[in-house]
Amino acid sequence: MTALYLSVATRAFRRYSTYPAATLAGLFTNCVFGVIISYVYLALWDQQPDAGGYDSVDAVTYVWIGQAMLMTVMVWGGGATADLSDRIRTGDVALDLYRPVPLIGWYAAQDLGRAAYHLLARGVAPTIVGALLFQIRFPDSVGAWVGFAVSVPLAVMVSFAVRFLVATTAFWLLDATGPATVAFTLTVFFSGFTVPLVIFPGWTRELVMVLPWAAYLQIPADIWLGQREGWAVIGGLALQACWAAVLLGVCRLVLRQATRKVVVQGG
Amino acid sequence: MAEGAVTSVRGYRDIAIMWTRAAMAYPASFWMMAVSGFVVGVLDFVGIWIMFHTIDSLGGWTLAEIAFLYGATGFGLAAADLVVGRIERLGQMIRTGRLDSMFLKPLPLLTQVCADEFALRRFARLLQAVVVLGIACAFVSWTPAKVLVTLSMVVSGSVIFFAVFIGFACIQFWTIDANEVANAFTYGGNTMTQYPLTVFPREVVTGLTVLVPLAFVNWYPALYVLDKPDPFGFPEWLQFASPLVAAIMMSVALLVWRSGVRHYTSTGS
Repeated sequence: MTALYLSVATRAFRRYSTYPAATLAGLFTNCVFGVIISYVYLALWDQQPDAGGYDSVDAVTYVWIGQAMLMTVMVWGGGATADLSDRIRTGDVALDLYRPVPLIGWYAAQDLGRAAYHLLARGVAPTIVGALLFQIRFPDSVGAWVGFAVSVPLAVMVSFAVRFLVATTAFWLLDATGPATVAFTLTVFFSGFTVPLVIFPGWTRELVMVLPWAAYLQIPADIWLGQREGWAVIGGLALQACWAAVLLGVCRLVLRQATRKVVVQGG
Repeated sequence: MAEGAVTSVRGYRDIAIMWTRAAMAYPASFWMMAVSGFVVGVLDFVGIWIMFHTIDSLGGWTLAEIAFLYGATGFGLAAADLVVGRIERLGQMIRTGRLDSMFLKPLPLLTQVCADEFALRRFARLLQAVVVLGIACAFVSWTPAKVLVTLSMVVSGSVIFFAVFIGFACIQFWTIDANEVANAFTYGGNTMTQYPLTVFPREVVTGLTVLVPLAFVNWYPALYVLDKPDPFGFPEWLQFASPLVAAIMMSVALLVWRSGVRHYTSTGS
């Protein structure tokens, strides 16, 4: 079974790597946005040098980690689950349900393969560009590197579960673009892509730091920056793992309800 | 010429109505997307408000002044996204052969490409920008001249973004996968001009004045309307030059479009 998932993931990886021009264009755009937001944050941290407990180097590093993670965690939706909602609308999902592999596992493996590609192709270059143009921080301990390396796949799993749930609304609505837009609206804001969650005011900060979207960027970034150390790293990873487990559990329940109502036409 | 324009507008209207009816076939999705579009904009501005929770001014500008910049560039981007935004999909239209079928129809190609899959729900973003700009305007001490400059800013800003969308989408005539490059100038330009240009180095501001003149979308007119001295010391007449810049950019974009179409040889079958 593991071998099967691995080969599904490998093929998803290859599928995305067939469009080098698109990747280059995307990298260019990531870097432009990285530069713009870096200057805005530098102006902000110039006024308030310890906003949110970050210094200006942390803030700029956060910007570039964000640009590097943008595609990996699919903030704007899409990825393997976008195929799923199309296949539900067209009825092709019937084939997926016939496969001797659980539907969630099949799509999760694809999405992890895609995420691995995006992390390499869209993550490494912006980090280098950010380091060349600005002063940024790298993890200063083996623990932080390991923590970050565990945190990223967990972020992908939380993001996958949310996108999977959105895609399954197509079983009822036929067209999942509405829920997808709602989901992406919430994701961009609550994952810290609009502004870092650490500068949210008062109690809203405590709240957004434990919502599932904190798993996308804020937790991995804080581990990278050393804002979370020791037990706080374990706590962050546990929160991510917890949300991944809960949301994947909900995915299973929803899928069970959905398959009960599926009527396969013709054949 | 005038007749051609009327045909274009009429054709655009008919196609837009058709796509709006099609979108209404899924009313739940339509409204969810329209409301989300509005909320995306609101949350985007809440982001700036959160920044101002920790500071009083950014680059020497207050929140109300930044709201003026934000509303103006937001209006221009949203108007362009609504009217010509579908041109982003040019590469896809080429790949699927949709563009070839458009060549056969008795309507200018550019009109068809822009009207294709017209999405009325994008109106929500325009509304959000109007709300922010409206609130910001309450803090301005008005004179008749400022009203004129503001109106010309909104119109010119939209035309400049029209031109940016069309011009950069044409890259796809040469490389059909590279549509994301245009995002750096359309959405990137919008993000950049949401903030006072004082946060950027002087070279960036020069670039936004001379190379890709997005500073005319809001920065120069706003300096006049908000009575701010130009921190970079550029000539004062630039503050009234937005309509001229918009006209030049639109002409350049149309030239680029025409050379793109001439270069286009279809993907064959």
